[in-house]
Amino acid sequence: MLGDGILKGMAETARNFFGSYVSKERLTTVEYPEQRIPTVENARVFPFLVYDGADWLGGMRCVACQICEKECPPKCIYIEKSADKKPDFVGKPQFYPARFDIDISVCMSCQICVEVCPFEAIKMDTQFELATDDRFAGLLEDREKLAKSNEYYHSIHPTEATEVDARLAEEKAKVEAKAKAAAEAAAAKAAAASAAVAQSPAPPAAPPAKTEGGS
Amino acid sequence: MSANSFFVNLDQIFVLLRNWLVGFLPSALRPAAGVLLGVIAIVCVFPGLFALTTVFERKGLGRMQNRLGPNRVGPYGLFQPVADGIKSLTKEDIVPLSANAAVHFLAPLALVVTVFMGFAVLPMGRNMVLVDMDAGLLFFFAMGAATELSVFMAGWSSRNKYSLLGAMRAVAQMISYEVVLLLSSVAVVMITGSLSLPKIVAAQDQYSGIFPHWYIFTPWGLAGFVMYAIAATAETNRSPFDLPEGESELVAGYHTEYSGFKFALFFLGEYLAMFSISGLGTTLFLGGWSAPLSFLQFIPSWIWFFGKVMTSIFVFIWVRGTLPRLRQDQLMNFAWKFVLPYTLLNLMVTALWRFMGEGWQRWVVCTIILAGAYIVMGRLGMRGEHFGRRSYRHAE
Repeated sequence: MLGDGILKGMAETARNFFGSYVSKERLTTVEYPEQRIPTVENARVFPFLVYDGADWLGGMRCVACQICEKECPPKCIYIEKSADKKPDFVGKPQFYPARFDIDISVCMSCQICVEVCPFEAIKMDTQFELATDDRFAGLLEDREKLAKSNEYYHSIHPTEATEVDARLAEEKAKVEAKAKAAAEAAAAKAAAASAAVAQSPAPPAAPPAKTEGGS
Repeated sequence: MSANSFFVNLDQIFVLLRNWLVGFLPSALRPAAGVLLGVIAIVCVFPGLFALTTVFERKGLGRMQNRLGPNRVGPYGLFQPVADGIKSLTKEDIVPLSANAAVHFLAPLALVVTVFMGFAVLPMGRNMVLVDMDAGLLFFFAMGAATELSVFMAGWSSRNKYSLLGAMRAVAQMISYEVVLLLSSVAVVMITGSLSLPKIVAAQDQYSGIFPHWYIFTPWGLAGFVMYAIAATAETNRSPFDLPEGESELVAGYHTEYSGFKFALFFLGEYLAMFSISGLGTTLFLGGWSAPLSFLQFIPSWIWFFGKVMTSIFVFIWVRGTLPRLRQDQLMNFAWKFVLPYTLLNLMVTALWRFMGEGWQRWVVCTIILAGAYIVMGRLGMRGEHFGRRSYRHAE
């Protein structure tokens, strides 16, 4: 009959109206500033720089290779290489960023910088409450603001961070093994040389073994 | 003071207050001052109700969609209208360069003023009518028709295609449904024999046993009320008849080019029109300020009036939360092919009711005619319509 659909519809909305006061499952609203749902692990907002240990500048993984700066599609990363070098996680002297700025008003959260970084130094953050009243300086994050500890990285992306740690440990072990092998080889060479010295009275001086490097 | 006289005084408290205040003036000024006080009361009370209704509408609609609705400003979000008011007052008032500035400026004023005029003849309680006009109903409809003019002024003067389309739709819709609105009210006039709204209420303020003689409890009154409610929804541009401002196709319809306080005035005008048309519906069919049961008469009459008006407003909100917007052709077909013929039939039935005299026969005859016509016309109207899954020729 004409109008029964309207009555059915109105019964449905009335059920919603009264039901929303009675049953909690009906109301799916999360009242955001007071209530929060945890972010999912794959959430990503803007990049940050990972550092190891307690000192943010000393432990910074970034070696200022500038690959991310070149790859960044909207060109929101600005890097200046340092003049001096500091040892990286395996002890090899590397450059570090004297300046590392990301303009998050330009950044489009594409994660390309993360994918191209060979040093696992730049990762995606989940921090999204970035509102500021200064739209220029307030949205240009410098290296100090970008630097976040590896523990923080573990807290926001545990699976990914564990994989990264395993990869870095493997690399470090490889480097150490190589160094050890090189050192052993050099020691053997030196032993052989000293044996030769013992055998022949006047050999030419043995070349100094290069063991202090990593390669 | 006995309990009875206490309730009588409570019922008449606003009348007594006005008389007391006016008593301080010289007698020559008293009638004018009395009217002025009434005007001030109307101008304060209805915008206050408007403010409350906006927040309750948003909360109610939210609940119908299983949302919370506004709950940030003040306790339970009750101060939301204050925030909205401050916002609309501080916003920039933009007038398009090519707009007709004078008409553009006058349109919201014309709307609010004419809508306020309608309240002058509504009896809001026993002895509480600003102007007891013999042709009050006629005056009310004259003022209601003037709102169409302001809508068209707004749409035309904006020089914007969306505004103009919205205004054209509004005028087409309002004129079509104005006819229905008038004809469904004529039935009440035929029975009462008066165009005076206080007299119409007085005719309904009688009881058989405990039950009142409201016109909605008669077959012709129920049919008339349903038709009146449909026409009133269309007349106030409420969903599902909100085509003039259909935001999905026309930005905001005739008030697209209005901002700041002028927009707020349009908003106010629309809600005031809703109050006044609910007030008229209450007066014509729901017994105005009379109590729904005879033993409830001790409760002041103005509480009944405003309670009935707010209940109608809730039904408006409920319908808005339920129904999707009609298409223009559906709207027009519904008005001219169903509502108008049915209202005309209702007029005939009302005449029959009037001339069959007292007795149970007229109840049976009138009910059969109206219900039969409703079913037959509904069947005929829906013939050829097929309801079910929609098929898309090119998309699937």
